Amino acid sequence: MGVTANLHEHHKLCDEDFAAAEEAAQSGDWSACAAAFGRFREGLLAHFGVEENHLFPAFERQTGMSGGPTQVMRYEHGQMRDLVSQLESALAQQDAEAFSGAAETLLVLMQQHNMKEENILYPMCDQALGGDSELKARIDRGLRG
Amino acid sequence: MQGLSFEQAPPISVPFRFFLTGPLFGIAAGLLLLWQGPDIFTSRWTSAALALTHLIAVGFMLQAMCGALLQIVPVAVGANIWRPGTVTLFTHIGLTAGTVVLIAAFLTESAALFRLAAPLMGLSLGAFAAVVLYALIRTPARGATLLVLRLAVIGLFVTLILGTTLASAFGWQIVMPLMEITHVHAAWGLGGWSMLLVMAVAYLVVPMFQLTPPYPRSRAWGVPIAGFVLLAVWSLLWLAGEGGQWARAAFAVAAAVVFGAFAATTLQLQGKRRRKAAEPTLLFWRTAMIALLAAAALIIAGQWIPAVDRYSGTPFLIGMLVLLGVFMSVISGMLYKIVPFLNWLHLQNRGRPGLAVPNMKQMIPESRMYLQLKLHLASLGLLLAAVALPVLVYPAALAFIASCAWLEWNLVAATRLYRRVSERVAQTQA
Repeated sequence: MGVTANLHEHHKLCDEDFAAAEEAAQSGDWSACAAAFGRFREGLLAHFGVEENHLFPAFERQTGMSGGPTQVMRYEHGQMRDLVSQLESALAQQDAEAFSGAAETLLVLMQQHNMKEENILYPMCDQALGGDSELKARIDRGLRG
Repeated sequence: MQGLSFEQAPPISVPFRFFLTGPLFGIAAGLLLLWQGPDIFTSRWTSAALALTHLIAVGFMLQAMCGALLQIVPVAVGANIWRPGTVTLFTHIGLTAGTVVLIAAFLTESAALFRLAAPLMGLSLGAFAAVVLYALIRTPARGATLLVLRLAVIGLFVTLILGTTLASAFGWQIVMPLMEITHVHAAWGLGGWSMLLVMAVAYLVVPMFQLTPPYPRSRAWGVPIAGFVLLAVWSLLWLAGEGGQWARAAFAVAAAVVFGAFAATTLQLQGKRRRKAAEPTLLFWRTAMIALLAAAALIIAGQWIPAVDRYSGTPFLIGMLVLLGVFMSVISGMLYKIVPFLNWLHLQNRGRPGLAVPNMKQMIPESRMYLQLKLHLASLGLLLAAVALPVLVYPAALAFIASCAWLEWNLVAATRLYRRVSERVAQTQA
């Protein structure tokens, strides 16, 4: 099993909380939205943290590729963090329209980001980092929070 | 890992020029329909009917599909397009000019225009397909989407070779089995290239936009391979000429079942989506999948029920279900995701992090998309009804023109918003 196995799964968990938050915002149930959004935000930021602090540096050390794929992924994390803060302020103001617009944008950005990771970067990482069980343990601990 | 691209996207003008051109040919198709009136139903082989199908299949669909492919290939499967700027310029000009000349050739039945259309389309699309296929072969990515993209581009090659052959036959008065080649050309254009591209896109976006489970692995690989092989054998049987009518019918039924299975799977996955709210793109996709099931059912019925086969309206019903129902629906639905997202993405990348850029729903408001969806559904319903009641072709044509014009306007408005925000970004940075 590759080092990224649980990162794949974690993408799907983030999707669940995202869908719940969006649905609650649409129906005007702001307390349910706040709960689901809180879980989503926590999961998403933990995921970014694991990648930026553990997976990407290990990959860059192993392959010497520091300006390529991982740089683009970091940049997109930044864009997603911006959208998450837009969602936070929409939630605080209970502005359903702003929430829905930012949510739609975040979803598409997040999904195409996940697609690039799952189809291209994670397989590269698994290949380069193979059986590094210590790294895998650090990744899995980070995802559990 | 040579050839791996992590560039987020080609310049925004690459896909947008194709996206903005397509609906204009759609408007032209509507005008042609209005001009022809009920005469369009005389036969599918009239010059006007051929001009109409090519305005939609080449003018509308192929423009959008080329633009989308140039966008998808680097982002989704990490494949680098060789010199995207040059390829785009060459393909877009060649395809647009080629389409205009081809339509004029059909309408005037001029051999000289066919002699011009053949190299214009052949060279521009041939180069496009070669560059895309090369990128798809070189990418280190793996998976069902990549396989289906490769098969689709091979389908484009086959369509193009047969189409160029037909145009040359008209242009230089070469004797050939025209009807057989035309059947095979149409089957590859719609069933090979277009349908396979829709599948590849579906694998990517249906789970992504609606948060559905992924396509089951066996079906994701099996359906396109089966469809491709069935189409290839069916084509050889047609081109071999006499005899084999039963075998041809059996392969046509099998191909219809396979493509119908894709539609059924997609509807089933959408039924399990975690993002519950209805939205325009979802409704465009569902329309497309229902139309695909209906077209598959008609193809199957035509092989078994003599009355369906004899009815002169059957080819028109299948053609409308496939062209308008399946492909124009999917393309409209996709444009409403791709264009707002690319607007947002490119503006974000131009500005500083934290810069307030209008979100996707502000780029093209959903209410405007819903209006076009209604116009589109009205034009589809009226056109299908017009096969039985030809006078309805007039309101159908008007609805169709309105739908294409409204789509074009929605895209133009989004492009203008992009320009405005882009200028504002430049000013704040100056």
